[in-house]
Amino acid sequence: MIPLNFYLILSAFMFCVGVLGVLVRRNAIIVFMSIELMLNSVNLSLIAFASFLGDPTGQMLVFFVMTVAAAEAAVGLAIVIALFRNKQTVNIDEINILKW
Amino acid sequence: MVTMFSYVGFIVLFPLLGFLVLGLFGARMKSEKLIGIIGSSTVVLSFLLGASIFAEMLSLPVSARSHIVKQFSWIAAGNFSVDFAFQVDQLSILMTLIVTGVGSLIHIYSIGYMHGDKGFWRFFTYLNLFIVAMLTLVLADNFLVMFVGWEGVGLCSYLLIGFWYDKNFEKGTTGDAAKKAFIVNRIGDFGFLLGMFLIFATFGSLNFDTVFSAATVFTRGDTTITWIALLLFVGATGKSAQIPLYVWLPDAMAGPTPVSALIHAATMVTAGIYMVARSSILFALSPVAMDVVAIIGALTALYAATIGLVQNDIKKVLAYSTISQLGYMFLGLGVGAFAAGLFHVMTHAFFKALLFLGSGSVIHAMHEEQDIQKMGGLKKYMPTTYLTFLIAAIAISGIPPFAGFFSKDEILWKAFSDGSPLLWCVGALGAGLTAFYMFRLVSLTFEGSPRFDEHHLHPHEAPKTMTIPLIVLAGLSIIGGFIGIPESLGGGNRFEQFLSPVFAAADSKMLLPYHDVTATEYILMAVSVAIAAAGIYFARKIYLERTEIAGQTANRFPGIYKLLLNKYFVDEIYDASVVTPIEKGSEKLLWKRIDVGLIDGLINFTAKGTEYASQFFRRVETGVVQSYAIAFVAGILFILGWLIAR
Repeated sequence: MIPLNFYLILSAFMFCVGVLGVLVRRNAIIVFMSIELMLNSVNLSLIAFASFLGDPTGQMLVFFVMTVAAAEAAVGLAIVIALFRNKQTVNIDEINILKW
Repeated sequence: MVTMFSYVGFIVLFPLLGFLVLGLFGARMKSEKLIGIIGSSTVVLSFLLGASIFAEMLSLPVSARSHIVKQFSWIAAGNFSVDFAFQVDQLSILMTLIVTGVGSLIHIYSIGYMHGDKGFWRFFTYLNLFIVAMLTLVLADNFLVMFVGWEGVGLCSYLLIGFWYDKNFEKGTTGDAAKKAFIVNRIGDFGFLLGMFLIFATFGSLNFDTVFSAATVFTRGDTTITWIALLLFVGATGKSAQIPLYVWLPDAMAGPTPVSALIHAATMVTAGIYMVARSSILFALSPVAMDVVAIIGALTALYAATIGLVQNDIKKVLAYSTISQLGYMFLGLGVGAFAAGLFHVMTHAFFKALLFLGSGSVIHAMHEEQDIQKMGGLKKYMPTTYLTFLIAAIAISGIPPFAGFFSKDEILWKAFSDGSPLLWCVGALGAGLTAFYMFRLVSLTFEGSPRFDEHHLHPHEAPKTMTIPLIVLAGLSIIGGFIGIPESLGGGNRFEQFLSPVFAAADSKMLLPYHDVTATEYILMAVSVAIAAAGIYFARKIYLERTEIAGQTANRFPGIYKLLLNKYFVDEIYDASVVTPIEKGSEKLLWKRIDVGLIDGLINFTAKGTEYASQFFRRVETGVVQSYAIAFVAGILFILGWLIAR
């Protein structure tokens, strides 16, 4: 059986990749995918804990996260499309009007 | 078996109802008659009720004559509580009768005088409100309710002085005169307020009963009591037009003449005397305050009389005469003759109201002409006015057996015996001047030959609503003094005896010696009558027979004449020393420097400071979402690191 730590390390790694993706990538779609990655890394650790502790609460929470993530994906993609229609780009460096 | 006393609230309620009805519906009432009847009948009802309470009081033994009738609890906060309560005793019922009695007559007179005025209903509304306030003042059982009335009469005075607000008066408008009266009174009110604060701080209450009975334990000459008395007296100098705050009263003549008669001669201006008499125990405990009252009173009496000598406006002469007579009342109070002071309040109310109403009748007949140089010979046109005016003039001059003789002589005698011969001299001199200027007025107005164009101007006698009050007041001016005939003339002074329980505490503190009837009293009496008679004689001589003397005297002493004609330049001195500095100071310093510079400057400084600071700090907001995200992550890492390292 694979020890719990392996799952957690993988989860932390995926999370860090997600964070870095959000911080450094310029394409809005990629940033968006990175956010999904972060959510799924959390899902992984939740599943791992649920399985190791024999507690189904973790699995239940995962369903919540997936539901919210689906809703977020719908709203987020709609925003990206609206953004593209207005500015003809999804490069978030160029989308900086929220300032002084 | 106290029955009528409990109805004392209605005395105030009737005029209040009149005020409300006229104030709310008066503008829609077409008939002057209806307005006049509503306005007058409420005051007459109050007078009848007051008279029945007075009658019942007379039937009661002396110990049962004072009652407090609580209307409702007004303020209760911690250990401070004030009831809206009326004190019915000898002093307040006397004042009530004067206010409502003279007030009713003047209301009736006003129906004729104000006929055809576009503000007819407004006039009666204000008059009724004035009666309400004045009755509240005299019936109050504590200083605060008294102060409510005190301010109320001040307000009505303001409203009525400026009644003809679109009319010019001297250098400005009647509105300026009204404001002057109100503001000068405020200075006095400030003293009154401070006095009240000090009373509450010292006695813990504002109730007359509580304060005055607590005051009896103080020794004579106590500093706190002296301060209280002096501060209250500052209030009295404002309301009762004494030096140095008298300047508003001559200008108050801008109002309609019945107002001058009611408010600025007979009732409101005596509020200060009433207040000092009501607080007699506080004054009696302070010899200093008493001396101040007596000296200010005597000085005002003489000072105002000298100005009255040369004035040419019929109402101005009467105004200065009022100030002078008020001075006599304070002189009486100041030497401890409280009852004599109030006696003069009463007789003065009769004859001075009569003089003003008579002058109103003259002004009416002369079509708003007030300059006595342009009158003369009016007695054949208006005999009733002439006769009543003459009676009042004799009364105020102090010729026996008219009312003014008894009250003025009582004051002068007390000033001599309980004060000092000097006070008597000042008072007697003032009395001589009074007789002189009153008969100068009578001679120039009613006698001699007319100095106006008889073909164009046809003076006429006033209507009945105006002459009847004149006749009633003339009757009172003749017989009013008989209730206070002094012992020396075989009278026993019933007026003083009636009031004596109110002043018993004060008398016991002052320990004035009892004076037997002596030859001195008769001599002084004869001297003061002789002085008055001399004044009358010279006035008639100069202004009827040797008319050139007046002009010659003025030419021989141009300095003094100018000084008197310009009222000692006091208005100019006040303007230069108080009004202008305050006005300029307010404009140049308070407005342009403090308000615009400092206060606005501070606010603008805050705004500008924020703006400059944000020029720098707003650069932090790049608008790039990722830079914000970096801040998030850095924050989380910091918290995590801190939690781990802890």
